[in-house]
Amino acid sequence: MSIYKRRAEGARDFAFFALVPLVAFLLVVFIPFLLGLYMTFTDSSGLSLSANFMGLENYAKAVADASFWTSFAFTAKYVLVSVLATNALALGLSLLATAGIRGQNALRLGYFTPNLIGGIILGFIWQFLFAKVFTSIGTLCGGGALSESWLTSPGGAFWALVLVGVWQNSGYMMLIYIAGLAGIDKALLEAAQMEGAGYWTRLRKVILPLLAPSATISVFLTLQRGFMVYDVNLSLTQGGPYRSTELIAMHIYNEAFLYQRFQTGQAKALILFALLAAASLIQVGLMKRREIES
Amino acid sequence: MKQRSHRPGVKVAIAILGFALVALYLFPFAMVLVNSVKPRLAIVADPLALPAKADFSNYVNAFRLMRFPRAFWNSLGVCVSSVVLIVVFSSLWAYYLVRWKNLINRIVFFVLIASMIVPFQALMIPFVSIYGGLGLLNSKWLLSVFYLGFGCALATFMYHGFIKSIPLELEEAAMIDGATKPMIFIKIIFPMLTTMTSTICILDVLWVWNDFLLPSLVLVSEEKRTLPLSTFYFFGKYTSNYGTAMAALVLSILPVIIFYLAMQRKILQGVVDGAIK
Repeated sequence: MSIYKRRAEGARDFAFFALVPLVAFLLVVFIPFLLGLYMTFTDSSGLSLSANFMGLENYAKAVADASFWTSFAFTAKYVLVSVLATNALALGLSLLATAGIRGQNALRLGYFTPNLIGGIILGFIWQFLFAKVFTSIGTLCGGGALSESWLTSPGGAFWALVLVGVWQNSGYMMLIYIAGLAGIDKALLEAAQMEGAGYWTRLRKVILPLLAPSATISVFLTLQRGFMVYDVNLSLTQGGPYRSTELIAMHIYNEAFLYQRFQTGQAKALILFALLAAASLIQVGLMKRREIES
Repeated sequence: MKQRSHRPGVKVAIAILGFALVALYLFPFAMVLVNSVKPRLAIVADPLALPAKADFSNYVNAFRLMRFPRAFWNSLGVCVSSVVLIVVFSSLWAYYLVRWKNLINRIVFFVLIASMIVPFQALMIPFVSIYGGLGLLNSKWLLSVFYLGFGCALATFMYHGFIKSIPLELEEAAMIDGATKPMIFIKIIFPMLTTMTSTICILDVLWVWNDFLLPSLVLVSEEKRTLPLSTFYFFGKYTSNYGTAMAALVLSILPVIIFYLAMQRKILQGVVDGAIK
């Protein structure tokens, strides 16, 4: 085969296999990422490349903005509570759904259902529940924590967001724990049983340690999702009451598209990205180490 | 996993707890469904009560006011075209990255993996300013191309892992017969990828169908709105008109539930495969 023919073939194969996705990826992900980085160091609002170099001024402005840190602290609290609650619940659900009862597939299907539906719709469903259904349950029970809509107070709205997030994600994380449970060698459990270990002992000494890899994945995913929540936030609380429940994704969205501060908005987005990447690295690092020990 | 160790009494307790929790998980949907067939006043009076009689006028109103058929076709069009683009081009690209081993491909693959940890929020501002500035937003077809761009990294990565394990010998016979690489891919490789393809389809259908943020940034004009968008704007307008709002929610959930019931096993399996990749 001549070198020209081989080159022509190489070009044809590249065009056939790689050209379209490569261009789409470059245009949609790669270039916006670089341009976003460029924006934060200049006063460019994106398209015009002829802009003034601003150094770290946009980052300084972002970091000096108290509302950014308020929102960030609120998000961190939300993520911490949701990660713990979602994973504890997901683990419990996975044990229930694999206990060998009749119709256990129905359990799995039921718990997973909220996951299929978009956050916007889930938020609206719960808005109705908090505003109408729970208050009327509260009245039936003679007042108490339910008699007033959770969404009208900042503290209540926080727990409302957590509740919806846990409800939405626990079924998904349950599937990951179920996959982990299915991978446990049954001989091991039988051996433990022969030795006289009861269910709780087997759970604590055999099952939970062997689920460590599933926990690493599941915590990683809940962490990522928690920091990115936007839809449910928008439809459930709109950040209210009094901007008290603005999660970081909504804060960045508003900074850019509501207040038209593209550069500081992008600086905040990149700070979030860096913090999230660092948090994930630490989490996976710590949890992987525990996997090896156990 | 079966554990025979539970005693019958314990099993009954597990079953009761398990199904009670299912009821709790589905309770919000039940409430929406129940109230969607009640007139507004009955909802305000007692949202917990079952309807005196099923009244479907809420559905008629919601169907018309949220322009359900239009939103449904928009969603379906965007969803199908995006997923087809992702499946076709990611499988091609993955094959190219596996079989053409050179430095550039190795770098491209590395960048692709690294890009997966970048959240959409870190891209959306420059994304909007570029494509808004060029006047390229507000097109359903370009939206599919955007989904290809955002979705191809994960899909290519998943195909890559699978294609790596396909032995080269399978292709050699065809090559001796003079088949070109594209022909080999179409005739031999792509048909071997069906399991992976169905996993990717399920993950991406759920993602694209339910996505709100990207279409809300791209689709500006009303007649192009997808189902989540049209539900969002509709709900904002008719919040206090509970019956119609609930009917609208049921209508927007219905397509996904039908999809779920039809392919439950595949969906649950696909989600797990996608997460554990």
